[in-house]
Amino acid sequence: MNFTYWSWDTFFDALPFVLQGLGITVGLTITCYLFALTFGFVWTFLRRVPNKAFNWIVTWTMEFIRSTPPLVQLFFIYYAWPMIPGVGFALNPFASAVLGLGIHFSTYVGEIYRSGIESVDKGQWEASRALNFTTLDKWKKIILPQAIPPTIPMLGNYFIIMFKEVPLASTIGVAGIMLMANTYGAQNWAYLEPLTIVGIIFLVLSYPSAVLIKKLEVKMNTRFDKNAAVKSDQKGAVM
Amino acid sequence: MVTINAIIDIAPQLARGLSVTVSVLLASAIFAYLMAFIAGLSRLSKNTFIRKFTGLYVEVFRGTSLIVQLFWLYYAIPMLFGIQLGSNWWIGVIAIGLNYGAYLSEVVRGSILSVAKGQTEAATALNMSSFQRMRLIIFPQAVRMMLPEFSNYTIQMLKGTSLVSLIGMTDILYYGDIIRSTNLSQAPLVYLLVLVFYFILALPLIWLTRKGETISKKGVAS
Repeated sequence: MNFTYWSWDTFFDALPFVLQGLGITVGLTITCYLFALTFGFVWTFLRRVPNKAFNWIVTWTMEFIRSTPPLVQLFFIYYAWPMIPGVGFALNPFASAVLGLGIHFSTYVGEIYRSGIESVDKGQWEASRALNFTTLDKWKKIILPQAIPPTIPMLGNYFIIMFKEVPLASTIGVAGIMLMANTYGAQNWAYLEPLTIVGIIFLVLSYPSAVLIKKLEVKMNTRFDKNAAVKSDQKGAVM
Repeated sequence: MVTINAIIDIAPQLARGLSVTVSVLLASAIFAYLMAFIAGLSRLSKNTFIRKFTGLYVEVFRGTSLIVQLFWLYYAIPMLFGIQLGSNWWIGVIAIGLNYGAYLSEVVRGSILSVAKGQTEAATALNMSSFQRMRLIIFPQAVRMMLPEFSNYTIQMLKGTSLVSLIGMTDILYYGDIIRSTNLSQAPLVYLLVLVFYFILALPLIWLTRKGETISKKGVAS
């Protein structure tokens, strides 16, 4: 093995250049994530429409978006959407990435919301009905406050997953760290150091977040563990 | 009718990329499964060095994204070690295999750990060696639990194969890009067809995931 091609000079020369893109990468991650969190509700809502045919269409649309490459979906929105007669209009790379990645991950987020809502005990639905709650109040005061918190660790995981998918946007020209590294590489014919920097940035940012979310998960599990709640109730009854 | 003619025109051109997409998927899936079992079992090893070393592999490949790893391997391996990795096909397979191998190793580890402790104790009581215990008692129970996650991650791998077009492999997306660049007005139809191609490839895996879910639940007390 020889490491003659590795140069610390290039490394430190490329570092500030690549870091210029960090703001865009993080900004795009947060924007995509907020989009996915919001749009996820739309899927959850659509899936709850009590019509079999409609339900089937929604389910398979979600399956289609989820099992096809986000890269192709990005290209579709960036290159193809403006070409659709009537509805199409050109979007800048950043907006295309928000839409493409946002919609892709909203299908996952929608499923998480659904699992949260389904995990709410049947008695809670019956109670809110017995107490004559309006539909809005039922969701606002009874169902969602119980459905959302247990899903927070899972949603957090998707934030990290999304962060790692964001460099795909470099292919349509979003100037995040990935594009910066490729630009530096093309200008100086030195790809190794800038790409290593990108890898290190991802590792440094995503690993601590993953550890943090794991901690959150343990905390949530003890807090929302139904069995634990029942056990403590029984203990109370005995005492 | 113009659309139907266009589909008949475009679909065969895209189909030329099928062999690359499918071969990269199959090879990287086999590689990833192999890595998953090696790394998953190594992380349960008694040897601290093996455990820490595999831990490093898993965290590095899960902590950075596939596209970064693909480009890194593409540019770095020839430069760093002065060797050519044969072809881009191999770089794609190695990148996808190592990346998803790391994710799947966590599935393997989790499934093995979730086999009830009484099973290990019973096997010990029957005077089995630790190898017999793993091979005859723990592993067969754990594999069932891995099924849905394995097919689910195979769908993710299929999605990941689209990245090899970025390093010049002639897969479905590559041909789609070619057609789009010669005729921009056809872009919507081209990319829609590319998506449909990927979806058709994903259908058996979706079916497998659902099937795997029923198999893994069968006969297991919840």
